[in-house]
Amino acid sequence: MADSSHGAPGSSVTVATPGRTPEQFENPGLPPHRPRLADRDPRAEKRAERQVALLFFISILGTLLFFAGYFFVELDQTIARLRLQNLLLGLGTAFAMLGIGVGIVHWAKTLMPDHEVTESRHEIRPEQDRRDAEKIVNDILDESGIKRRPLIRNTLLGAALLAPLPAIAIFRDLGPLPGDVLRQTMWDTGVRLTRDPSGTPIRASDVTIGSAFHVIPEGLNEAEHKLEEKAKAVVLLMRLDPEELNPSPGREDWAYDGIVAYSKICTHVGCPVALYEQQTHHLLCPCHQSTFDLEQECKVIFGPAARPLPQLPIEVDSEGYLVASSDFQEPVGPSFWERG
Amino acid sequence: MSSTTAAKPYVPKTRVGKVTDYVDSRVGGSGIVKEFGRKIFPDHWTFMFGEVALYTFVILLISGTFLTFFYDPSMAETNYDGSYLPLRGVEMSVAYASSLDISFDIRGGLFMRQIHHWAALLFVASVAVHMLRVFFTGAFRRPREFNWVVGCVLLILSLAAGFTGYSLPDDLLSGNGLRIIDGVMKAIPVVGTYLSFFLFGGEFPGTMIIGRLYVLHILLIPAVILLLIGIHLFMVVLHKHSQFPGPGRTNTNVVGYPVGPVYAAKAGGFFFIVFGVLAAIAAAFTINPIWNYGPYDPSPVSAGTQPDWYIGWVDGALRLMPGTLGDNFTFEFLLPFPWGVNTLSLNVLIPALVPAMIVFTAMFAWPWIEAWVTKDKREHHLLNRPRNAPTRTAIGVAGVTFYCVMWAAASSDLIATHFMVSLNDVTYWLRFLVIFGPIAAFMVSRRISLALQRKDREIALHGRETGRIVRLPHGEFIEVHEQVDDYSRYKLVAFESPEVMVPKPDADGKVSRLDKVHGRVSRFFFEDRVAPVTPREIEASHGDHHEEVAGAKDREAITSR
Amino acid sequence: MKALSQRRRHPLAALALLLMALLFTGSLYAAASSANQAQAQTTTASEDEVEEGNKLFVANCASCHGIGATGSDAAPSLVGVGAASVDFQVGTGRMPMQMDGPQAQAKPVQFTDEQVGQLAAYVASLGAGPAIPSEEITDASQGDPAHGGELFRVNCAMCHNAAAAGGALTRGKYAPGLADVSEKHIYEAMVTGPQNMPVFNDANVTPEDKQDIIAFLKTIEEQGSPGGADLGSLGPVSEGLFIWVAGLGVIIAFTVWLTSRSS
Repeated sequence: MADSSHGAPGSSVTVATPGRTPEQFENPGLPPHRPRLADRDPRAEKRAERQVALLFFISILGTLLFFAGYFFVELDQTIARLRLQNLLLGLGTAFAMLGIGVGIVHWAKTLMPDHEVTESRHEIRPEQDRRDAEKIVNDILDESGIKRRPLIRNTLLGAALLAPLPAIAIFRDLGPLPGDVLRQTMWDTGVRLTRDPSGTPIRASDVTIGSAFHVIPEGLNEAEHKLEEKAKAVVLLMRLDPEELNPSPGREDWAYDGIVAYSKICTHVGCPVALYEQQTHHLLCPCHQSTFDLEQECKVIFGPAARPLPQLPIEVDSEGYLVASSDFQEPVGPSFWERG
Repeated sequence: MSSTTAAKPYVPKTRVGKVTDYVDSRVGGSGIVKEFGRKIFPDHWTFMFGEVALYTFVILLISGTFLTFFYDPSMAETNYDGSYLPLRGVEMSVAYASSLDISFDIRGGLFMRQIHHWAALLFVASVAVHMLRVFFTGAFRRPREFNWVVGCVLLILSLAAGFTGYSLPDDLLSGNGLRIIDGVMKAIPVVGTYLSFFLFGGEFPGTMIIGRLYVLHILLIPAVILLLIGIHLFMVVLHKHSQFPGPGRTNTNVVGYPVGPVYAAKAGGFFFIVFGVLAAIAAAFTINPIWNYGPYDPSPVSAGTQPDWYIGWVDGALRLMPGTLGDNFTFEFLLPFPWGVNTLSLNVLIPALVPAMIVFTAMFAWPWIEAWVTKDKREHHLLNRPRNAPTRTAIGVAGVTFYCVMWAAASSDLIATHFMVSLNDVTYWLRFLVIFGPIAAFMVSRRISLALQRKDREIALHGRETGRIVRLPHGEFIEVHEQVDDYSRYKLVAFESPEVMVPKPDADGKVSRLDKVHGRVSRFFFEDRVAPVTPREIEASHGDHHEEVAGAKDREAITSR
Repeated sequence: MKALSQRRRHPLAALALLLMALLFTGSLYAAASSANQAQAQTTTASEDEVEEGNKLFVANCASCHGIGATGSDAAPSLVGVGAASVDFQVGTGRMPMQMDGPQAQAKPVQFTDEQVGQLAAYVASLGAGPAIPSEEITDASQGDPAHGGELFRVNCAMCHNAAAAGGALTRGKYAPGLADVSEKHIYEAMVTGPQNMPVFNDANVTPEDKQDIIAFLKTIEEQGSPGGADLGSLGPVSEGLFIWVAGLGVIIAFTVWLTSRSS
């Protein structure tokens, strides 16, 4: 409460009080007004007037330019024509607006009075107002009787706390619970690896050393939730010299003759890791630059990802087409709390 | 209500007068005109950024309304059959197809899309610059703390508005942006997976997200922004605008131009100028070429996938965080619980949340942090020149540097290709800079502020260097200094320079722990200071000056003879 | 037999023997390598061409790739890479390499078209590999740009950018922008997989698909951006820089003018 007097703007120390030996410089007051060219010279004034009018006239021309672009440039499916129309509409609007804006400001700067005016500030909360308000609030509280009737107050508080809960609960059906869907993909024993986006199956002999295939599971294009399934199931298929693969125990038969399939969904935040460097055997995510090394079972060698890309075990079916031996052995894509 | 008390009711003479009177007597317009017609607003170019933000918002509302008439936020599959040949027959969502139709088949649609997106970029940029102006000039101090907080909320809302709008075309670029949001969300402990499923209406990408973002983008967020702009402007009127110190300007007055006619003309004209500049940009420069990116599909991705600039810093932080250290340590932890093992992805959580938390917490709390340090409870209507608050300025510059390094990190791949350096090296350098850059920026900018203050002091004491060298009779060369006039000098000396507050022992002779901390922080803030020149110092310094100048005059007299 | 024994002392005999040996190993390699390249191996090069190519190779390439192009520590073997590979690497100026670096860069071409053809013929003679594509199959006007766009986004955009503006790879390598690259070279890059680019053989992306991709690239290159200058097609980064530098710069200039006193 004692601070309130400090809050008054009058207590500022930047202005020295006259009469005392000045510790600080006294405010010299507003500098004298310097007349502008247009104030002194009637010809300059007339010139400024013409300039403002000219700017408004440019604005009119700008609007006409817009109409010219809108009605007289017919779109014919060529990009050049569309570009021309966009340019005319834009420049027309730009001239129309800038003409008005620059004109008005020029008018204000050259022809309207430019004497600086001083206005005094008022206290934001005069003490008298505070007292009056305090009395009013007390009267309101007294008349409502909320202080004298704690039973009413407490039950109201309880009701007011509970009442918004339905408003939160009603949003429950925004989406289903995750369940197990993040752990399963369309891959399964015998599901053929097919090209993205055509969905044609791939023979092992098609995959030459150095090549990379973007792969979706067979039947994905006809799946009911196509994009959701695709967001989990996309795979990158590459062939290396079998010597260069170093499978860990238990994963020796996940590759077929140097052909390996890895999930394309980054274990960081889910961008497609699709950049394959065929000489270094590195996979790079273009979103956050996580780098995975194919020779070390897609171990993270750079960047923000913390887990290797999951590998899809593959084999060849009786017709020579590449098929999955099973689903992924772990959930694909970014980590989530329940992943474990 | 009736005019029975008035002896003679006012009778307007002209037709315009009659109409005005008819309205005025029903809505009380006279009072409004009396209050605002001649209200004074100070004039300074840095005070215009809030207006830029307001005007770009109006332009966003106008162009956005046009776009809603043609845009369809449906994620149903369709085959494109519009005018853009390289996408003919491609399967895509209705949302993306309607965005293409706006661009290629509706006259002026492309222009509206471009001006809307450019205005959005300028909107957030002007909000940011406006906040920096308020910060560096100390305009957040009492009584304007709450308006600063309202401004901070507006900044966050403008980011939200931008992000929800960025996603609407449902193109490949924005779809991968949503995918990243989904990935970050899933990393949140305990509730992450649920949040993601609730937001997307099931598994990513689902069929709900675009419609939901659309409602947020065109209804909820703009409505809240409008409400807060109302509160923001109401408080500006209530407090009256702050002003820079200078001759005639005090803490108890406002010096400037009246609303009518000068300020209204300038501010009104400025709306048209901002509109015109944006229209010119939209006429000649492509923004967000959604036709290049193609429809969203979880399999493809484009090199150089980045969010718009205002979200870029979070993306940059995601890029800078290493996921693993050495061969065996990863930032993803498996936490064994009685019910099973849970995953904690600190490699995602730290960059996604920590920098944003640091920046926003510091931003919201700053007025109170500074008030605690200075123990200054007075009202401030006079602004600081940034150099006259060296530590605050340095902290602000450090914050900007922190932000900019992360922003640069979001374009690390483009830096690599354009400057022909290794992507990995860029990342290593930026990791170093994100920690040490702000520290270096703090030290350098504080030194620069102090140096500028000393320069001001020199000029106030000795005047400006004229570049005229004269030789005195005894052979010494001096440069003639020209004293500045009272008005210019007042601008150089009208500031306060707080001193270090030493903690005082209480009645028992003890210093509380908090006071000790305060003493240290106060020392950190105000140990290095340059005091404003006092009249006494000028008097003291004038002695030698008179000699110098007199000597110079002698010399001139000699040479001219 | 006598004539042959006389010619054994001919200066070119060693070379001829070497050539024959190489041809032999090359054809063995070709037979061993996968079937899908078989269709590309027919060469119509004349012996003279091969001969001239050999001379050029010895003078310009052999210091790294070795005599007979069998490779060395500094450079890979070229046996079996095919004429397409030579035509791409030499025809875009990437070879001969100027200096060691993360990858060979395109630069002014060092040889005439005729010489490039001779080199290609020579390397093709060492072992079967992808041939230089016919003008028919690289004719952009015959392709379907919409289908090509789909394939481009799935197979190419992650490295080369959706608007073919290029992008970064690891440790200083990069995928170049594709504007101004000839149809033939785009095709050859896909079949041969130069440097770190994966190979897109005809079993993966059929010749017609490749033609569609070329059609897409040439379409977007020729039409330009409908919205005006494309700011390098670099996406939100260049847009953000533009609004901060140019947009805000112009606005600030206006604010300074607006608040300054008129003279």
